Amino acid sequence: MKELVQESSDVCLLSGDIGNRMFDRYKEVAPTRFLNCGIAEANMMSMAAGMALSGLRPVVYTITPFTTTRCLEQIRTGVAYHEAPVVIVGTGSGLSYAELGATHHSLEDLAILRSIPNLQVCAPADSLELEAQLRQAITEGQPTYIRIGKKGEPDLLAEHAPLGIGKANLLKQGNKILLLGIGPILSEALQASTLLEQKGIQLAIASMGSIKPLDHQFLHQCVTAGYSHWISLEEHHQTGGLGSALLEWLSEQQINTIEIKRMGIGDHFVHQLGDQNYVRESEGLNASAIANLVQSL
Amino acid sequence: MATTAPESTAALNRIALTIRRRTIETSARARIPHLGSCLSCVELLTTLYWQELRIDPQEPEAPNRDRFVLSKGHGAPVLFQVLAERGFFEIERLAEFGKPGSVFHEHPPKPGYIPGVEAATGSLGHGLPMAIGMAIAQRIQGIDSRCYALLSDGECNEGSIWEAAMLAAGQHVHNLTAIVDYNKWQATDRSQEVMALEPLAAKWEAFGWYAQEIDGHDLAAIGQALAAARTETSKPSVIVAHTIKGKGVSFMEDDNNWHYRTPNPDELAAALAELQEVQL
Repeated sequence: MKELVQESSDVCLLSGDIGNRMFDRYKEVAPTRFLNCGIAEANMMSMAAGMALSGLRPVVYTITPFTTTRCLEQIRTGVAYHEAPVVIVGTGSGLSYAELGATHHSLEDLAILRSIPNLQVCAPADSLELEAQLRQAITEGQPTYIRIGKKGEPDLLAEHAPLGIGKANLLKQGNKILLLGIGPILSEALQASTLLEQKGIQLAIASMGSIKPLDHQFLHQCVTAGYSHWISLEEHHQTGGLGSALLEWLSEQQINTIEIKRMGIGDHFVHQLGDQNYVRESEGLNASAIANLVQSL
Repeated sequence: MATTAPESTAALNRIALTIRRRTIETSARARIPHLGSCLSCVELLTTLYWQELRIDPQEPEAPNRDRFVLSKGHGAPVLFQVLAERGFFEIERLAEFGKPGSVFHEHPPKPGYIPGVEAATGSLGHGLPMAIGMAIAQRIQGIDSRCYALLSDGECNEGSIWEAAMLAAGQHVHNLTAIVDYNKWQATDRSQEVMALEPLAAKWEAFGWYAQEIDGHDLAAIGQALAAARTETSKPSVIVAHTIKGKGVSFMEDDNNWHYRTPNPDELAAALAELQEVQL
Protein backbone atom coordinates (compact mmCIF):
# COMPACT_ATOMS: atom_id res chain seq x y z
CA MET A 1 0.00 0.00 0.00
CA LYS A 2 2.89 2.34 0.75
CA GLU A 3 4.23 1.85 -2.78
CA LEU A 4 0.81 2.24 -4.34
CA VAL A 5 0.07 5.45 -2.51
CA GLN A 6 3.45 6.84 -3.57
CA GLU A 7 2.79 5.93 -7.17
CA SER A 8 -0.64 7.53 -7.36
CA SER A 9 -2.02 10.63 -5.69
CA ASP A 10 -5.53 9.18 -6.04
CA VAL A 11 -5.06 6.18 -3.75
CA CYS A 12 -6.65 6.49 -0.30
CA LEU A 13 -6.96 4.04 2.55
CA LEU A 14 -10.08 3.76 4.72
CA SER A 15 -9.81 1.59 7.79
CA GLY A 16 -12.60 0.46 10.08
CA ASP A 17 -10.64 1.04 13.28
CA ILE A 18 -8.28 -1.83 12.60
CA GLY A 19 -4.61 -2.29 11.69
CA ASN A 20 -3.01 -0.78 14.78
CA ARG A 21 0.49 0.39 13.73
CA MET A 22 0.22 -1.62 10.50
CA PHE A 23 -0.30 1.51 8.41
CA ASP A 24 2.32 3.70 10.09
CA ARG A 25 4.61 3.70 7.06
CA TYR A 26 1.65 4.49 4.79
CA LYS A 27 0.60 7.36 7.03
CA GLU A 28 4.11 8.83 6.92
CA VAL A 29 3.85 9.05 3.14
CA ALA A 30 0.24 10.18 2.78
CA PRO A 31 -1.28 11.28 6.08
CA THR A 32 -4.21 13.07 4.44
CA ARG A 33 -5.11 9.99 2.45
CA PHE A 34 -5.61 7.74 5.45
CA LEU A 35 -8.95 7.81 7.24
CA ASN A 36 -9.83 5.80 10.30
CA CYS A 37 -13.57 5.65 9.71
CA GLY A 38 -14.33 4.11 13.07
CA ILE A 39 -16.54 1.13 13.76
CA ALA A 40 -19.14 2.28 11.26
CA GLU A 41 -18.82 0.20 8.14
CA ALA A 42 -22.02 1.26 6.39
CA ASN A 43 -20.91 4.87 6.39
CA MET A 44 -17.35 3.91 5.45
CA MET A 45 -18.47 1.99 2.38
CA SER A 46 -20.83 4.71 1.11
CA MET A 47 -18.14 7.33 1.75
CA ALA A 48 -15.68 5.29 -0.27
CA ALA A 49 -18.19 5.22 -3.12
CA GLY A 50 -18.53 9.01 -2.92
CA MET A 51 -14.76 9.46 -2.92
CA ALA A 52 -14.41 7.13 -5.89
CA LEU A 53 -17.07 9.02 -7.86
CA SER A 54 -15.00 12.14 -7.26
CA GLY A 55 -11.93 10.63 -8.89
CA LEU A 56 -10.11 8.96 -5.99
CA ARG A 57 -9.20 5.27 -5.65
CA PRO A 58 -10.17 4.28 -2.10
CA VAL A 59 -9.19 0.98 -0.55
CA VAL A 60 -11.51 -0.06 2.28
CA TYR A 61 -9.99 -2.34 4.89
CA THR A 62 -11.42 -4.18 7.88
CA ILE A 63 -12.26 -7.68 9.13
CA THR A 64 -14.12 -9.65 6.48
CA PRO A 65 -17.65 -9.99 7.90
CA PHE A 66 -17.71 -6.28 8.68
CA THR A 67 -16.54 -5.15 5.28
CA THR A 68 -18.92 -7.50 3.46
CA THR A 69 -22.18 -8.70 4.97
CA ARG A 70 -22.34 -5.89 7.55
CA CYS A 71 -22.54 -3.29 4.79
CA LEU A 72 -23.83 -5.36 1.90
CA GLU A 73 -26.39 -2.77 0.83
CA GLN A 74 -23.70 -0.11 0.65
CA ILE A 75 -21.51 -2.40 -1.46
CA ARG A 76 -24.35 -3.28 -3.80
CA THR A 77 -25.77 0.19 -4.32
CA GLY A 78 -22.86 2.52 -3.57
CA VAL A 79 -19.94 0.61 -5.02
CA ALA A 80 -21.21 -1.95 -7.52
CA TYR A 81 -24.23 -0.19 -9.06
CA HIS A 82 -22.28 3.06 -9.42
CA GLU A 83 -19.26 1.14 -10.80
CA ALA A 84 -17.27 3.16 -8.30
CA PRO A 85 -13.59 2.19 -8.36
CA VAL A 86 -13.43 1.00 -4.76
CA VAL A 87 -11.26 -1.90 -3.61
CA ILE A 88 -12.81 -3.71 -0.66
CA VAL A 89 -10.32 -5.75 1.33
CA GLY A 90 -11.53 -8.26 3.88
CA THR A 91 -8.84 -9.44 6.26
CA GLY A 92 -8.98 -12.53 8.46
CA SER A 93 -11.29 -14.24 6.02
CA GLY A 94 -12.67 -17.76 6.24
CA LEU A 95 -11.55 -19.31 9.52
CA SER A 96 -8.45 -17.14 9.98
CA TYR A 97 -9.91 -15.83 13.21
CA ALA A 98 -11.45 -19.17 14.18
CA GLU A 99 -11.07 -18.60 17.91
CA LEU A 100 -13.03 -15.34 17.73
CA GLY A 101 -16.22 -17.22 17.06
CA ALA A 102 -18.95 -17.25 14.45
CA THR A 103 -19.26 -13.46 14.49
CA HIS A 104 -15.75 -13.23 13.02
CA HIS A 105 -15.92 -16.15 10.59
CA SER A 106 -16.65 -15.34 6.96
CA LEU A 107 -17.98 -18.37 5.14
CA GLU A 108 -20.67 -16.73 2.99
CA ASP A 109 -18.92 -13.72 1.47
CA LEU A 110 -17.86 -15.29 -1.82
CA ALA A 111 -21.35 -16.63 -2.50
CA ILE A 112 -23.06 -13.36 -1.70
CA LEU A 113 -20.66 -10.98 -3.40
CA ARG A 114 -20.25 -12.93 -6.61
CA SER A 115 -23.97 -12.51 -7.24
CA ILE A 116 -23.55 -8.72 -7.44
CA PRO A 117 -23.03 -7.29 -10.95
CA ASN A 118 -19.91 -5.20 -11.74
CA LEU A 119 -17.98 -6.57 -8.73
CA GLN A 120 -14.80 -8.63 -9.13
CA VAL A 121 -14.34 -11.23 -6.38
CA CYS A 122 -10.80 -12.34 -5.55
CA ALA A 123 -9.24 -14.68 -2.99
CA PRO A 124 -5.47 -14.62 -3.40
CA ALA A 125 -3.55 -17.64 -2.15
CA ASP A 126 -0.53 -15.67 -0.98
CA SER A 127 1.06 -12.24 -0.79
CA LEU A 128 2.33 -12.38 -4.38
CA GLU A 129 -1.13 -12.96 -5.76
CA LEU A 130 -2.57 -10.33 -3.42
CA GLU A 131 -0.10 -7.68 -4.53
CA ALA A 132 -0.77 -8.34 -8.19
CA GLN A 133 -4.54 -8.27 -7.74
CA LEU A 134 -4.51 -5.15 -5.57
CA ARG A 135 -2.32 -3.28 -8.04
CA GLN A 136 -4.51 -4.34 -10.97
CA ALA A 137 -7.75 -3.45 -9.21
CA ILE A 138 -6.49 0.03 -8.37
CA THR A 139 -4.99 0.63 -11.81
CA GLU A 140 -7.97 -0.58 -13.80
CA GLY A 141 -10.52 1.03 -11.53
CA GLN A 142 -13.13 -1.70 -11.42
CA PRO A 143 -15.02 -2.39 -8.18
CA THR A 144 -13.19 -5.30 -6.57
CA TYR A 145 -13.47 -7.39 -3.44
CA ILE A 146 -10.27 -9.05 -2.21
CA ARG A 147 -10.54 -11.60 0.60
CA ILE A 148 -7.30 -12.25 2.42
CA GLY A 149 -6.14 -14.42 5.33
CA LYS A 150 -3.95 -13.34 8.19
CA LYS A 151 -0.32 -12.42 8.75
CA GLY A 152 2.44 -14.99 8.42
CA GLU A 153 0.97 -17.25 5.76
CA PRO A 154 3.46 -18.87 3.35
CA ASP A 155 3.93 -17.84 -0.26
CA LEU A 156 2.68 -20.65 -2.48
CA LEU A 157 3.04 -19.32 -5.99
CA ALA A 158 6.18 -19.11 -8.05
CA GLU A 159 7.56 -15.60 -8.42
CA HIS A 160 7.40 -15.76 -12.21
CA ALA A 161 3.77 -16.97 -12.24
CA PRO A 162 1.39 -14.93 -14.41
CA LEU A 163 -0.49 -13.28 -11.59
CA GLY A 164 -3.55 -11.06 -11.72
CA ILE A 165 -7.32 -11.00 -11.48
CA GLY A 166 -8.89 -13.83 -13.46
CA LYS A 167 -5.61 -15.70 -13.85
CA ALA A 168 -5.36 -19.24 -12.49
CA ASN A 169 -2.02 -20.90 -11.83
CA LEU A 170 -1.07 -24.54 -11.72
CA LEU A 171 0.94 -25.16 -8.54
CA LYS A 172 1.55 -28.87 -9.06
CA GLN A 173 1.31 -31.23 -12.00
CA GLY A 174 -0.58 -34.47 -11.55
CA ASN A 175 -2.71 -37.04 -13.25
CA LYS A 176 -6.40 -37.92 -13.16
CA ILE A 177 -7.31 -35.79 -10.12
CA LEU A 178 -7.16 -32.00 -10.06
CA LEU A 179 -7.73 -29.82 -7.02
CA LEU A 180 -8.88 -26.29 -7.80
CA GLY A 181 -8.58 -24.08 -4.74
CA ILE A 182 -8.89 -20.49 -3.75
CA GLY A 183 -7.20 -18.59 -0.93
CA PRO A 184 -4.53 -19.45 1.64
CA ILE A 185 -6.13 -22.85 2.37
CA LEU A 186 -4.24 -24.08 -0.69
CA SER A 187 -1.34 -24.68 1.71
CA GLU A 188 -3.38 -27.63 3.05
CA ALA A 189 -3.66 -28.99 -0.48
CA LEU A 190 0.10 -28.80 -0.96
CA GLN A 191 0.63 -30.68 2.30
CA ALA A 192 -1.92 -33.26 1.16
CA SER A 193 0.00 -33.74 -2.08
CA THR A 194 3.13 -34.58 -0.06
CA LEU A 195 1.18 -37.22 1.88
CA LEU A 196 -0.23 -38.61 -1.36
CA GLU A 197 3.12 -38.74 -3.12
CA GLN A 198 4.29 -41.16 -0.44
CA LYS A 199 1.50 -43.42 -1.67
CA GLY A 200 2.33 -42.92 -5.31
CA ILE A 201 -0.54 -40.53 -6.10
CA GLN A 202 0.18 -37.33 -8.01
CA LEU A 203 -2.46 -34.68 -7.21
CA ALA A 204 -2.61 -31.71 -9.54
CA ILE A 205 -3.26 -28.40 -7.73
CA ALA A 206 -4.27 -25.03 -9.08
CA SER A 207 -4.93 -21.66 -7.49
CA MET A 208 -7.91 -20.01 -9.15
CA GLY A 209 -7.05 -16.62 -7.61
CA SER A 210 -10.43 -15.10 -8.33
CA ILE A 211 -13.92 -16.50 -8.53
CA LYS A 212 -15.24 -13.63 -10.65
CA PRO A 213 -13.94 -13.46 -13.25
CA LEU A 214 -13.26 -17.19 -13.39
CA ASP A 215 -10.34 -18.18 -15.64
CA HIS A 216 -12.35 -19.93 -18.37
CA GLN A 217 -9.34 -20.46 -20.60
CA PHE A 218 -7.53 -22.29 -17.81
CA LEU A 219 -10.58 -24.45 -17.09
CA HIS A 220 -10.80 -25.43 -20.77
CA GLN A 221 -7.14 -26.45 -20.61
CA CYS A 222 -7.93 -28.59 -17.54
CA VAL A 223 -10.74 -30.30 -19.45
CA THR A 224 -8.44 -30.94 -22.41
CA ALA A 225 -5.72 -32.26 -20.10
CA GLY A 226 -8.09 -35.08 -19.19
CA TYR A 227 -8.53 -34.74 -15.44
CA SER A 228 -11.54 -36.90 -14.69
CA HIS A 229 -12.09 -35.73 -11.12
CA TRP A 230 -12.05 -32.14 -9.89
CA ILE A 231 -12.01 -31.19 -6.23
CA SER A 232 -12.88 -27.65 -5.24
CA LEU A 233 -11.29 -26.36 -2.05
CA GLU A 234 -12.27 -23.19 -0.22
CA GLU A 235 -12.45 -21.92 3.34
CA HIS A 236 -16.08 -21.04 2.79
CA HIS A 237 -19.46 -22.74 2.86
CA GLN A 238 -19.94 -25.30 0.11
CA THR A 239 -22.98 -23.29 -0.93
CA GLY A 240 -22.39 -20.69 -3.58
CA GLY A 241 -18.61 -20.44 -3.57
CA LEU A 242 -15.91 -21.73 -5.91
CA GLY A 243 -17.35 -25.26 -6.07
CA SER A 244 -20.71 -23.90 -7.13
CA ALA A 245 -19.06 -21.63 -9.69
CA LEU A 246 -17.24 -24.61 -11.21
CA LEU A 247 -20.45 -26.67 -11.36
CA GLU A 248 -22.20 -23.77 -13.08
CA TRP A 249 -19.36 -23.47 -15.59
CA LEU A 250 -19.34 -27.18 -16.41
CA SER A 251 -23.11 -27.10 -16.81
CA GLU A 252 -22.98 -24.08 -19.11
CA GLN A 253 -20.26 -25.75 -21.16
CA GLN A 254 -22.34 -28.96 -21.25
CA ILE A 255 -19.40 -30.98 -19.97
CA ASN A 256 -20.61 -34.05 -18.13
CA THR A 257 -17.50 -36.18 -18.15
CA ILE A 258 -15.98 -34.66 -15.04
CA GLU A 259 -16.96 -35.53 -11.50
CA ILE A 260 -16.75 -32.72 -8.97
CA LYS A 261 -16.33 -32.98 -5.21
CA ARG A 262 -16.73 -29.79 -3.24
CA MET A 263 -14.63 -29.30 -0.11
CA GLY A 264 -15.83 -26.52 2.15
CA ILE A 265 -17.78 -25.94 5.32
CA GLY A 266 -21.23 -27.53 5.49
CA ASP A 267 -24.45 -25.63 5.96
CA HIS A 268 -23.93 -24.72 9.61
CA PHE A 269 -22.28 -22.13 11.83
CA VAL A 270 -19.08 -23.17 13.60
CA HIS A 271 -19.21 -22.67 17.35
CA GLN A 272 -16.96 -25.42 18.70
CA LEU A 273 -13.84 -23.35 18.57
CA GLY A 274 -10.09 -23.66 18.58
CA ASP A 275 -7.37 -22.21 16.42
CA GLN A 276 -7.60 -22.26 12.64
CA ASN A 277 -5.85 -25.63 12.37
CA TYR A 278 -8.19 -27.18 14.93
CA VAL A 279 -11.33 -25.99 13.13
CA ARG A 280 -9.99 -26.98 9.72
CA GLU A 281 -9.47 -30.46 11.12
CA SER A 282 -12.83 -30.66 12.90
CA GLU A 283 -14.61 -29.45 9.78
CA GLY A 284 -12.78 -31.89 7.51
CA LEU A 285 -10.91 -29.21 5.65
CA ASN A 286 -7.24 -29.96 6.29
CA ALA A 287 -4.45 -31.86 4.52
CA SER A 288 -5.39 -35.29 5.81
CA ALA A 289 -9.05 -34.79 4.90
CA ILE A 290 -8.01 -33.79 1.39
CA ALA A 291 -5.69 -36.81 1.11
CA ASN A 292 -8.46 -39.13 2.33
CA LEU A 293 -10.90 -37.77 -0.23
CA VAL A 294 -8.38 -38.14 -3.06
CA GLN A 295 -7.68 -41.74 -2.10
CA SER A 296 -11.38 -42.54 -2.06
CA LEU A 297 -11.83 -41.45 -5.68
CA MET B 1 -16.95 27.44 -12.18
CA ALA B 2 -19.88 29.66 -12.95
CA THR B 3 -21.77 30.86 -9.96
CA THR B 4 -25.52 30.85 -10.15
CA ALA B 5 -26.87 34.31 -10.92
CA PRO B 6 -28.62 35.67 -7.83
CA GLU B 7 -32.36 35.57 -8.31
CA SER B 8 -34.88 37.88 -6.72
CA THR B 9 -37.33 36.40 -4.26
CA ALA B 10 -40.15 37.05 -6.73
CA ALA B 11 -38.28 35.21 -9.45
CA LEU B 12 -37.54 32.28 -7.14
CA ASN B 13 -41.22 32.15 -6.15
CA ARG B 14 -42.19 32.00 -9.79
CA ILE B 15 -39.77 29.13 -10.40
CA ALA B 16 -41.02 27.28 -7.32
CA LEU B 17 -44.60 27.62 -8.57
CA THR B 18 -43.65 26.21 -11.97
CA ILE B 19 -41.79 23.29 -10.40
CA ARG B 20 -44.72 22.55 -8.09
CA ARG B 21 -47.26 22.57 -10.94
CA ARG B 22 -45.13 20.35 -13.18
CA THR B 23 -44.43 17.87 -10.39
CA ILE B 24 -48.15 17.49 -9.71
CA GLU B 25 -48.97 17.18 -13.41
CA THR B 26 -46.36 14.47 -13.86
CA SER B 27 -47.53 12.60 -10.80
CA ALA B 28 -51.06 12.56 -12.21
CA ARG B 29 -50.08 11.68 -15.77
CA ALA B 30 -47.39 9.06 -15.05
CA ARG B 31 -48.87 7.78 -11.75
CA ILE B 32 -45.69 8.68 -9.84
CA PRO B 33 -46.08 8.59 -6.02
CA HIS B 34 -44.26 10.47 -3.23
CA LEU B 35 -45.98 13.67 -4.25
CA GLY B 36 -46.27 14.97 -0.66
CA SER B 37 -42.53 14.39 -0.13
CA CYS B 38 -41.74 16.24 -3.37
CA LEU B 39 -43.88 19.27 -2.56
CA SER B 40 -42.29 19.78 0.85
CA CYS B 41 -38.84 20.47 -0.60
CA VAL B 42 -39.63 22.69 -3.59
CA GLU B 43 -38.36 25.91 -1.98
CA LEU B 44 -35.24 24.15 -0.70
CA LEU B 45 -34.34 22.84 -4.15
CA THR B 46 -35.21 26.11 -5.86
CA THR B 47 -32.93 28.10 -3.58
CA LEU B 48 -30.14 25.56 -3.94
CA TYR B 49 -30.25 25.37 -7.74
CA TRP B 50 -30.92 29.02 -8.56
CA GLN B 51 -29.03 30.76 -5.79
CA GLU B 52 -26.57 28.57 -3.90
CA LEU B 53 -24.88 25.85 -5.94
CA ARG B 54 -21.85 26.69 -8.05
CA ILE B 55 -22.83 24.61 -11.05
CA ASP B 56 -22.88 24.98 -14.80
CA PRO B 57 -25.61 23.00 -16.57
CA GLN B 58 -23.51 23.18 -19.74
CA GLU B 59 -20.64 21.47 -17.93
CA PRO B 60 -22.36 19.11 -15.50
CA GLU B 61 -19.24 17.04 -14.80
CA ALA B 62 -16.81 19.91 -14.16
CA PRO B 63 -14.38 18.64 -11.49
CA ASN B 64 -14.68 21.79 -9.38
CA ARG B 65 -18.49 21.89 -9.29
CA ASP B 66 -20.48 21.86 -6.08
CA ARG B 67 -22.22 18.55 -5.63
CA PHE B 68 -25.81 18.00 -4.57
CA VAL B 69 -26.98 14.56 -3.46
CA LEU B 70 -30.69 13.92 -3.05
CA SER B 71 -30.32 11.60 -0.08
CA LYS B 72 -34.14 11.38 0.14
CA GLY B 73 -34.14 9.68 -3.25
CA HIS B 74 -37.92 9.39 -3.39
CA GLY B 75 -37.91 13.12 -4.08
CA ALA B 76 -36.57 12.34 -7.57
CA PRO B 77 -39.73 13.50 -9.39
CA VAL B 78 -39.21 17.06 -8.18
CA LEU B 79 -35.43 16.92 -8.69
CA PHE B 80 -35.95 15.91 -12.33
CA GLN B 81 -38.20 18.94 -12.84
CA VAL B 82 -35.60 21.20 -11.21
CA LEU B 83 -32.76 19.85 -13.36
CA ALA B 84 -34.79 20.32 -16.53
CA GLU B 85 -35.86 23.83 -15.63
CA ARG B 86 -32.29 24.73 -14.64
CA GLY B 87 -31.11 23.64 -18.08
CA PHE B 88 -29.32 20.35 -17.47
CA PHE B 89 -31.43 18.75 -20.19
CA GLU B 90 -34.33 19.63 -22.45
CA ILE B 91 -37.69 19.71 -20.68
CA GLU B 92 -39.09 17.62 -23.54
CA ARG B 93 -37.16 14.63 -22.18
CA LEU B 94 -39.60 14.52 -19.28
CA ALA B 95 -42.35 13.45 -21.67
CA GLU B 96 -40.96 9.93 -21.21
CA PHE B 97 -41.38 10.16 -17.40
CA GLY B 98 -42.80 6.90 -16.07
CA LYS B 99 -42.91 5.17 -19.43
CA PRO B 100 -41.48 1.66 -19.84
CA GLY B 101 -37.76 1.79 -20.58
CA SER B 102 -37.29 5.35 -19.36
CA VAL B 103 -34.67 6.36 -16.77
CA PHE B 104 -37.18 8.85 -15.37
CA HIS B 105 -39.04 6.86 -12.76
CA GLU B 106 -39.31 6.99 -8.98
CA HIS B 107 -35.66 7.33 -7.92
CA PRO B 108 -32.49 8.81 -9.43
CA PRO B 109 -30.34 6.36 -11.40
CA LYS B 110 -26.56 6.31 -11.15
CA PRO B 111 -24.69 9.19 -12.83
CA GLY B 112 -24.38 9.07 -16.59
CA TYR B 113 -28.06 8.78 -17.49
CA ILE B 114 -29.51 12.09 -16.36
CA PRO B 115 -27.20 15.14 -16.44
CA GLY B 116 -26.93 16.70 -12.99
CA VAL B 117 -27.69 13.56 -11.01
CA GLU B 118 -24.69 12.91 -8.76
CA ALA B 119 -25.71 9.63 -7.14
CA ALA B 120 -28.30 6.89 -7.26
CA THR B 121 -30.35 7.17 -4.10
CA GLY B 122 -33.59 5.78 -2.80
CA SER B 123 -32.00 3.40 -0.36
CA LEU B 124 -32.30 5.74 2.58
CA GLY B 125 -29.31 6.58 4.73
CA HIS B 126 -27.01 6.23 1.78
CA GLY B 127 -26.75 9.67 0.18
CA LEU B 128 -25.37 11.63 3.12
CA PRO B 129 -22.37 9.29 3.54
CA MET B 130 -21.73 9.49 -0.21
CA ALA B 131 -21.83 13.29 -0.05
CA ILE B 132 -19.36 13.22 2.85
CA GLY B 133 -17.06 11.04 0.75
CA MET B 134 -17.31 13.61 -2.05
CA ALA B 135 -16.56 16.45 0.37
CA ILE B 136 -13.51 14.64 1.75
CA ALA B 137 -12.38 13.96 -1.82
CA GLN B 138 -12.58 17.70 -2.58
CA ARG B 139 -10.41 18.36 0.47
CA ILE B 140 -7.83 15.74 -0.57
CA GLN B 141 -7.79 17.07 -4.13
CA GLY B 142 -7.49 20.68 -2.99
CA ILE B 143 -10.72 21.69 -4.74
CA ASP B 144 -12.53 24.64 -3.20
CA SER B 145 -16.07 23.31 -3.63
CA ARG B 146 -18.91 22.30 -1.40
CA CYS B 147 -21.19 19.28 -1.06
CA TYR B 148 -24.87 19.32 -0.19
CA ALA B 149 -27.25 16.54 0.81
CA LEU B 150 -31.02 16.76 1.24
CA LEU B 151 -32.40 14.30 3.78
CA SER B 152 -35.89 13.44 4.91
CA ASP B 153 -36.84 13.23 8.56
CA GLY B 154 -37.87 9.58 8.11
CA GLU B 155 -34.42 8.94 6.70
CA CYS B 156 -32.96 9.97 10.05
CA ASN B 157 -34.24 6.60 11.31
CA GLU B 158 -31.27 5.02 9.54
CA GLY B 159 -28.21 4.29 11.67
CA SER B 160 -25.89 5.14 8.81
CA ILE B 161 -27.02 8.79 9.02
CA TRP B 162 -25.69 9.00 12.55
CA GLU B 163 -22.53 7.08 11.66
CA ALA B 164 -22.02 9.69 8.96
CA ALA B 165 -22.83 12.52 11.35
CA MET B 166 -20.11 11.42 13.78
CA LEU B 167 -17.55 10.81 11.05
CA ALA B 168 -18.12 14.21 9.41
CA ALA B 169 -17.75 16.00 12.74
CA GLY B 170 -14.72 13.93 13.70
CA GLN B 171 -13.04 14.77 10.41
CA HIS B 172 -14.13 18.45 10.51
CA VAL B 173 -15.77 18.20 7.10
CA HIS B 174 -16.85 21.84 6.98
CA ASN B 175 -17.36 22.00 3.21
CA LEU B 176 -20.62 20.12 3.67
CA THR B 177 -24.20 21.27 4.21
CA ALA B 178 -26.92 18.77 5.02
CA ILE B 179 -30.54 19.85 4.95
CA VAL B 180 -33.31 17.91 6.62
CA ASP B 181 -36.69 18.34 4.93
CA TYR B 182 -38.53 18.03 8.23
CA ASN B 183 -42.12 17.52 7.08
CA LYS B 184 -43.01 15.51 10.23
CA TRP B 185 -44.18 12.44 8.33
CA GLN B 186 -42.63 9.22 7.11
CA ALA B 187 -44.27 6.62 4.90
CA THR B 188 -46.85 5.34 7.32
CA ASP B 189 -46.80 7.50 10.43
CA ARG B 190 -45.72 10.69 12.17
CA SER B 191 -41.93 10.64 12.27
CA GLN B 192 -41.82 11.70 15.91
CA GLU B 193 -44.12 8.82 16.86
CA VAL B 194 -42.14 6.13 15.01
CA MET B 195 -38.81 7.09 16.52
CA ALA B 196 -38.04 9.87 18.94
CA LEU B 197 -36.48 12.37 16.54
CA GLU B 198 -36.87 15.38 18.76
CA PRO B 199 -34.98 17.44 19.64
CA LEU B 200 -33.69 17.04 16.09
CA ALA B 201 -31.55 20.17 15.72
CA ALA B 202 -30.08 19.64 19.18
CA LYS B 203 -29.23 16.06 18.22
CA TRP B 204 -27.17 17.27 15.28
CA GLU B 205 -25.55 19.85 17.50
CA ALA B 206 -24.70 17.18 20.03
CA PHE B 207 -23.15 15.17 17.21
CA GLY B 208 -20.77 18.07 16.55
CA TRP B 209 -22.56 19.94 13.75
CA TYR B 210 -23.40 23.60 13.28
CA ALA B 211 -27.18 23.37 13.29
CA GLN B 212 -29.71 25.96 12.15
CA GLU B 213 -33.47 25.69 12.31
CA ILE B 214 -35.61 27.52 9.75
CA ASP B 215 -38.96 27.62 7.96
CA GLY B 216 -38.20 25.46 4.92
CA HIS B 217 -40.69 27.34 2.73
CA ASP B 218 -39.24 30.80 3.45
CA LEU B 219 -36.93 31.52 0.53
CA ALA B 220 -35.08 34.31 2.30
CA ALA B 221 -34.51 32.20 5.41
CA ILE B 222 -33.23 29.31 3.28
CA GLY B 223 -30.79 31.57 1.47
CA GLN B 224 -29.53 33.10 4.69
CA ALA B 225 -29.03 29.70 6.35
CA LEU B 226 -27.15 28.34 3.36
CA ALA B 227 -24.91 31.41 3.38
CA ALA B 228 -24.29 31.13 7.13
CA ALA B 229 -23.35 27.46 6.70
CA ARG B 230 -20.71 28.46 4.18
CA THR B 231 -19.00 30.68 6.76
CA GLU B 232 -18.51 27.82 9.22
CA THR B 233 -14.88 26.72 9.00
CA SER B 234 -14.56 23.90 11.48
CA LYS B 235 -17.78 21.87 11.54
CA PRO B 236 -20.18 20.33 9.06
CA SER B 237 -23.45 22.22 8.83
CA VAL B 238 -27.03 21.07 8.99
CA ILE B 239 -30.19 23.04 8.31
CA VAL B 240 -33.26 21.57 9.93
CA ALA B 241 -35.94 22.94 7.64
CA HIS B 242 -39.46 22.78 9.02
CA THR B 243 -41.74 22.01 6.11
CA ILE B 244 -45.25 20.85 5.31
CA LYS B 245 -45.77 17.63 3.44
CA GLY B 246 -47.87 18.35 0.36
CA LYS B 247 -47.13 22.08 0.66
CA GLY B 248 -49.01 24.34 -1.76
CA VAL B 249 -52.22 22.38 -2.24
CA SER B 250 -54.76 22.77 0.55
CA PHE B 251 -56.15 19.25 0.38
CA MET B 252 -52.70 17.66 0.21
CA GLU B 253 -51.03 19.65 2.99
CA ASP B 254 -50.16 17.49 6.01
CA ASP B 255 -52.26 14.60 4.66
CA ASN B 256 -49.96 11.60 4.54
CA ASN B 257 -52.16 9.74 2.06
CA TRP B 258 -50.26 11.76 -0.55
CA HIS B 259 -47.14 9.78 0.22
CA TYR B 260 -48.45 7.07 -2.08
CA ARG B 261 -51.54 8.52 -3.80
CA THR B 262 -51.48 10.21 -7.17
CA PRO B 263 -54.08 12.79 -8.22
CA ASN B 264 -57.14 11.82 -10.28
CA PRO B 265 -58.25 14.29 -13.00
CA ASP B 266 -60.53 16.26 -10.64
CA GLU B 267 -57.84 16.51 -7.99
CA LEU B 268 -55.30 17.58 -10.58
CA ALA B 269 -57.57 20.34 -11.82
CA ALA B 270 -58.28 21.52 -8.28
CA ALA B 271 -54.60 21.51 -7.36
CA LEU B 272 -53.59 23.47 -10.44
CA ALA B 273 -56.39 25.96 -9.85
CA GLU B 274 -55.07 26.63 -6.36
CA LEU B 275 -51.56 27.08 -7.63
CA GLN B 276 -52.73 29.60 -10.24
CA GLU B 277 -54.26 31.71 -7.50
CA VAL B 278 -50.87 32.48 -5.98
CA GLN B 279 -50.21 36.19 -6.36
CA LEU B 280 -46.61 36.84 -7.27
